[in-house]
Amino acid sequence: MQIISDSVLLFRRHLDTTMKSKISILIGMVQPVLYLLLFGPMLEKALPDASGSNAWQMYVPGLLVQLGLFGAGYAGFNLIPDMRAGVIERMRVTPISRLALLLGRVMRDAVVMLIQAVMLTLVAVGFGLRAPLVGVVGSFVMVLALAISLASMSYLLALSLPTEYLFAPVVNTVALPLLLLSGILLPMTFAPGWLSVLSHFSPFRYIVDGMRDLFLGHYATRSVLEGAIVAGVLVVGSLALGTRKFVQANS
Amino acid sequence: MHSVQVQDLTKTYKTKNGLVEAVAGVSFDVAQGEIVGFLGQNGAGKTTTLRMLTTLLKPTSGSARVAGHDLSTDAQGVRRKIGYVAQSGGTSPAASGRSELVLQGRLYQMNQADAVRRADQLIQEFDLEDLADRPTVTLSGGQRRRLDIALGLTHRPDVLFLDEPSAALDPQSRSLLWEHVRKVRENYGTTVFLSTHYLDEADALCDRVLIIDKGRVVAEDSPENLKAQLGYDIVTIELATDADRAEAVLAQHPAVQEVKAQAQGLRLTVEHNDRVLLQFLRTLDEAGIEPLSIQVERPTLDDVFLSITNRSINLPGQQPMNV
Repeated sequence: MQIISDSVLLFRRHLDTTMKSKISILIGMVQPVLYLLLFGPMLEKALPDASGSNAWQMYVPGLLVQLGLFGAGYAGFNLIPDMRAGVIERMRVTPISRLALLLGRVMRDAVVMLIQAVMLTLVAVGFGLRAPLVGVVGSFVMVLALAISLASMSYLLALSLPTEYLFAPVVNTVALPLLLLSGILLPMTFAPGWLSVLSHFSPFRYIVDGMRDLFLGHYATRSVLEGAIVAGVLVVGSLALGTRKFVQANS
Repeated sequence: MHSVQVQDLTKTYKTKNGLVEAVAGVSFDVAQGEIVGFLGQNGAGKTTTLRMLTTLLKPTSGSARVAGHDLSTDAQGVRRKIGYVAQSGGTSPAASGRSELVLQGRLYQMNQADAVRRADQLIQEFDLEDLADRPTVTLSGGQRRRLDIALGLTHRPDVLFLDEPSAALDPQSRSLLWEHVRKVRENYGTTVFLSTHYLDEADALCDRVLIIDKGRVVAEDSPENLKAQLGYDIVTIELATDADRAEAVLAQHPAVQEVKAQAQGLRLTVEHNDRVLLQFLRTLDEAGIEPLSIQVERPTLDDVFLSITNRSINLPGQQPMNV
């Protein structure tokens, strides 16, 4: 199918660009380790191990979502130099599928995020994480969904803002409350009533909760189901919105 | 056979101050194999029109057929048949020219082997052999522009759209670029539609010129006819002294439309007349004035452009619409 081959073509180009830059590979690998190294050691005191589980099973899923928010969430930055150089416009004049213009990039971002997630998890095992393989793999599926939707929304934002200067402040402003409301640093069960209610408006809360259950080896739970549904809706919705923007993009 | 047929195309933008008509209804045809220039100042509506004809922007109203496909109902058909080189180009700074050319072929659904072969061919045709493997960011403006045009021609389009192809290029790169554009038409019969605000570019390159001003086409003809239409020559007389007296006696000549004093003498706008120079010399001689030099120039496209756009400013209803 044309859409698939178009997407794969652009995916390979974008992945090539990323892989050609040694600095971006280095940064991509250092980032997840920093999360563990600079925050993890405090964790064991803050969240003492409960019976049959340890703090890392709570913390690592949150970290994965945080990695997504601050990695794929900023994917739009990659679009800005291409918009400025006219690359997007050059591609929009060709018969290539508009969905592929988005998917090619998003697939690259998803692969980068998946590699980072695997690294982070492996390093976390060194720190003391123990979790069932099936649950971890299931979490990675959610990580992929998260990367796809965050990257799409990030591209949508980059294409929509009147000036590129606004991109960083807007992403920061959106990402920070989403991060805090998702119970990434501490579980939302610690939150007072009003904050807990508010947190249910963050889609990432459901994903974090779902991933935590998966890490604990609880597969058939309400949280996992909710997380999966939210992830699915996010992927479809963000791709649809993002593609629409590439059809009419003014850049 | 027309390559481009445009009928009453308009584009209106909403702004805080109301509606702005960037393109106020343009109609024109471009024949197959013709090089047509869209001439106008910045903000006249050139780029907006080009972006509509290349499927990047939806027209507010009007219709167009480009390379045999209807713009509004068959944008994909249009895309397959046209090449577009934007004002800013379209190469990724970190990528090499060769990889961009191969990708471009693949974007037009060539297979990898064909795309590589086509890239080699274009690299040769556009003298890019020594540059093709460097990141495009290291190329000079003129070199990058050649690469941009090669990219636009990758799929052998029927119609090539060039937006301000020689903006910011040095004179040598410009004439080299024009050479390439002419060759494209010569060798492949490609129709070329370009926008420019350089009158010499339109003069040097185009079979026909459309002058656009405030979103409307205000004149349309070959550069030669447009210049002939103006019908005035510019006579420059260099004088050491007596400029005032010379101005007084020459102003009485029936062919003189306008006399302007300038630093070194006079500049006269004169009805085209082969004997006028002799008569001027005689008049000056009778008045005892000896000019240092006397020179006559046929009007340039600049003069045509200024005369036409000035005139159109005075016509009612041509200002951008404010509602």
